[in-house]
Amino acid sequence: MRSTDKTTEAARVMTICNACRYCEGHCAVFQAMELRLEFNSDTLDYLANLCHNCGACYHNCQYAPPHEFQLNVPAAMAELRQENYGVYAWPGFMGRLFANNGLWVSLLSVIVITLFFGATAILTGADFFAAHENAFYGVISHNVLATLFGIVGGFVLLALVGSVVKFWRTMNLPSPLMLDYPRVMQGIKDALSLKYLDGGNGQGCSYPGETPSMARRWLHQMTFWGFMLCFAATSSATILHYGFDLPAPYGYFSLPKLFGILGGIGLIVGPAGLLMLKAKADAAPKGKTNKGMDVSFLVLLFLTSLTGLCLMFVRDTHYVGVMLSLHLGVVMTLFLSMPYGKFIHGFYRLIALIVFAVEKNDHKQVIGVCQSRKTI
Amino acid sequence: MKTRFDHYDVLVAGGGQAGLIAAIVAAEKGARVCLLEGAPRTHRGGNTRHTRNLRPMHIGPLSVLSGTYDEAEYWDDLMRVTKGKTNETLARMTLRNSTEAVAWLEQRGVQFQPPLGGTLHLGRTNAFFMGGGKQLLNALYRHAEKLGVEVHYDAMVSSVDIADGEFKSLQVGEHTISAKAFVAAGGGFEANIEWLKEAWGDIAENFLIRGTPYNRGDLLRILLDAGAQQIGEPNQCHAVAIDGRAPKFDGGICTRVDCVSLGIVVNKNAERFYDEGEDFWPKRYAIWGRLVADQPDQVAHVIIDQKARGAFMPPVFPPVVANTIGELAEKIGLDPAALEKTVNDYNASVQPGQFDHTELDGVHTNGLAVNKTNWARTLDHPPYSAYSLRPGITFTYLGVEVSEKAQMQMANGTESPNIFAAGEIMAGNVLGQGYLAGIGMTIGNVFGRIAGSEAADYALNR
Repeated sequence: MRSTDKTTEAARVMTICNACRYCEGHCAVFQAMELRLEFNSDTLDYLANLCHNCGACYHNCQYAPPHEFQLNVPAAMAELRQENYGVYAWPGFMGRLFANNGLWVSLLSVIVITLFFGATAILTGADFFAAHENAFYGVISHNVLATLFGIVGGFVLLALVGSVVKFWRTMNLPSPLMLDYPRVMQGIKDALSLKYLDGGNGQGCSYPGETPSMARRWLHQMTFWGFMLCFAATSSATILHYGFDLPAPYGYFSLPKLFGILGGIGLIVGPAGLLMLKAKADAAPKGKTNKGMDVSFLVLLFLTSLTGLCLMFVRDTHYVGVMLSLHLGVVMTLFLSMPYGKFIHGFYRLIALIVFAVEKNDHKQVIGVCQSRKTI
Repeated sequence: MKTRFDHYDVLVAGGGQAGLIAAIVAAEKGARVCLLEGAPRTHRGGNTRHTRNLRPMHIGPLSVLSGTYDEAEYWDDLMRVTKGKTNETLARMTLRNSTEAVAWLEQRGVQFQPPLGGTLHLGRTNAFFMGGGKQLLNALYRHAEKLGVEVHYDAMVSSVDIADGEFKSLQVGEHTISAKAFVAAGGGFEANIEWLKEAWGDIAENFLIRGTPYNRGDLLRILLDAGAQQIGEPNQCHAVAIDGRAPKFDGGICTRVDCVSLGIVVNKNAERFYDEGEDFWPKRYAIWGRLVADQPDQVAHVIIDQKARGAFMPPVFPPVVANTIGELAEKIGLDPAALEKTVNDYNASVQPGQFDHTELDGVHTNGLAVNKTNWARTLDHPPYSAYSLRPGITFTYLGVEVSEKAQMQMANGTESPNIFAAGEIMAGNVLGQGYLAGIGMTIGNVFGRIAGSEAADYALNR
């Protein structure tokens, strides 16, 4: 059990909230809190990942600063999340990357994109600024691309699984085979519908300001489903390539294209909108967190779809080499930063929501069970 | 502070629920309205910030409320707590008008809390604000500003010019503002320790004030001095026993300690002084503040053993814990021998029975000067825990008398043509003593709407 400034502050905040409980209607954090009397770091990591940072409980708090209790639940949870993302990172030493996430993701992107430009330019030589008959595969062959991204993807998957397993164990969840599947489905539903960005009443969260608004929920949905559609585009292309011997490029009415275009638009509008909201958002509920992590992730998503769509338009022109290098550099950076950046939040939140679905159903706590509650 | 105009149709002093509603209603009727809030923006809204619900009468389900809570039942509840100290006309009018309160607020952006456990857990008597009273305030301030109500913070009224009961103008610092009609919604005086001392004596120094430090009763005093008819007694207030470590002001709901019935309560001489098992929470809650106020130094200590842990709402501060009663006494500054004797005498007199905290179980003590009549279990499972208690004042009842039109009544028997009052400053008209959960917000809501409407009609010559 770790004890840090962040867990101490989160425990202090939750102890006050547990004696007040006015916010219990806002979200799962408070309902989970009410099942408890004490808050150890496991419990707090759970509560922190249940928190969607919607800000409602801050704006509606009778004890918010300048009250002497200085209560700011979303800030305490956001700061703790930044800490526990690092704690659950795999391999462990990579957790340090969460501290200055924006900086290192930016540096990484510069390095990776430069490397792509350099390598592509050297490999293609004079053809770098030429148009190619088979579009981008004329610049870098399919096999080279598949090998490169296969290796990186494999590592990313390993790191993600490693992190998720660590968190899963701390959350006291049984092996996946022993799960209570109706509860799991409830948790997945709450995650996919972004239920807890609705403020508790379907009117939206207090973001970017005090006034309830659905803007963030919609933009997050566009971002998420945009990402999933882009993922579906790549997956369907892989199936077409290996299963049906139909290599890219594809026509506009092919499955990869339809998924990709739709997803790409979502992945432009969503992240751009979220970045604009973020620029306007109250600073207080975010606490003293490193905003670079959120910003770099959104920018990478935005650039991935922007360069992807651009690549589609210029694939038969002599800009294909430049655009391909840029696109692949951005995508590679996004891949590499997935286990060590904002991307990871989705997994932890999903797991926390599944735990909450179980706790809510059973009316008892699953994690952080304290011995003193045993009845005499 | 500088207002945009020197003259308004309706001027409202006090930015809690009642004042805000009055301002909104007047603005909706077309009046030019200015709202003066004495607190800074961060503390705006008086005691509304610390509230959680209101209590609407309803026949059949209403919004987040289930079943029926009709006038007869509501009236019985009110009579039970006030013991008849109410103005029946005003009280019945309040109950009848309370039904509309929920929809009125919802239409202006206020959110109520849906049941957490599905429709089975619907409340029947009290509609809870999502997130508490501050959410209500935020929504109403947004709505008021959208309607063009001019809102000023840090605008404590320093004097009011009243001639023959008629409002002329008021001063905020050096600034004079006049208006055709005035709504006084400046709250009670519970944060004014000097005033409390006039009624309670020096012991009031040891009271903690659960609400806003800005409810100093300045406006109430100005109106009384200008000839308003007083209602209620200065020593009437809602006093509960709260954690002695609570802040002097503004501690709100979370400072309550709800384990009196699970243990024993002793004063600074380590003596028990009242039946801890007399009744359930609402009644217990309402009387223990006064009981502690009557003890030396206005302090008491509730002592429980390990059996009680987790059986009550978690308090905000951790208890003082010890493995023996003597050690606990030392830690909380009591005479160990005296506390041991009190606990031993109590333990020896506990009669056998089946403990059940969900009902008046009749498990009691026999033969003590002060017996415990329910939930009496021996204190014998260490570790023992202690919470110190002090009287916590929630709000005061002394106010100005009003008519059915919320018009302020004068001591000479006339009524002011253009001064209206709403909220805690006049709640004593309906609630002469005692307390019913959510009644304060209900009175503020109903009289806020009446005061705003009447003030606008007067100002606009309707």
